[in-house]
Amino acid sequence: MIPLSWYLIFAAGLFSLGLFGVLARRNAVAILLGVELMLNAVNINLAAFWRYGNITNMAGQVFAIIVFAVAAAEVAVGLALVISVYRRHNTVTADEIDMLKW
Amino acid sequence: MTTAQIIFLVVAAVTLGSAFMVVTTRNLIHAALWLVATLFGVAVMYALLDAGFLAVVQVVVYIGAIAILFIFAVMLTRKEMRDQGPQLNSGWWMSALLAVLTFGALVSMLWGWKDMEKVAMDMPVGFDSVSALGDALISPNAFVLPFEVASVLLLAALVGAVYVAFNPRHGDSRK
Repeated sequence: MIPLSWYLIFAAGLFSLGLFGVLARRNAVAILLGVELMLNAVNINLAAFWRYGNITNMAGQVFAIIVFAVAAAEVAVGLALVISVYRRHNTVTADEIDMLKW
Repeated sequence: MTTAQIIFLVVAAVTLGSAFMVVTTRNLIHAALWLVATLFGVAVMYALLDAGFLAVVQVVVYIGAIAILFIFAVMLTRKEMRDQGPQLNSGWWMSALLAVLTFGALVSMLWGWKDMEKVAMDMPVGFDSVSALGDALISPNAFVLPFEVASVLLLAALVGAVYVAFNPRHGDSRK
């Protein structure tokens, strides 16, 4: 059988890769891709703790379902923002989108 | 080493490799396709965890809807950054350092934990996790309120996305 730690370390690696993507990529769409990786890592943790804890308590899976819904909402709004910014300013580079700075 | 462990290690290696490609590859369409591979790997992880419903939802919602939405967004905005200029910003090594530190901190925090090597119990005989999940989602004693709030959130996000992306004053200003 697979120990719990394997899942947790795998999820930690996936989360760190997503964090790197969010912090280092210049393209706004690529930043949202990194956010998706981080949300998936969290979901694996939730499912693993459900499986290795009290299996009749469904809170872990329900939380994962809610995270799915939040991820779908986040992507819809995020990509709409990116497309709207692209229309008005013709750029999707995160460091060029600084209209709120001054 | 059992079969399940070998499957886990292979799937974990493929998933982390494609996740690495997602954050480093130049062409964003390729990054979106690598994301599809990563999401499939995560779906296999759910199947290994006996969470069959989550595995199906992962394929239908994440790959069927979210990844396709990403591909659409890349196609609508691509000409800017496809081949020119760096894909990573100038402080990328700091981001890499922070990501490695985060990973190290998480692993070292797990290291001394007593449940590290815990192995899952067998599923109780006659326990159906899908129907238990359905009961939990609509039972007033469990999670019906978060479930309804999530539907309101989805509706608000839908209206917000339509409003943000469709603005008649600027809709055709790019001609």
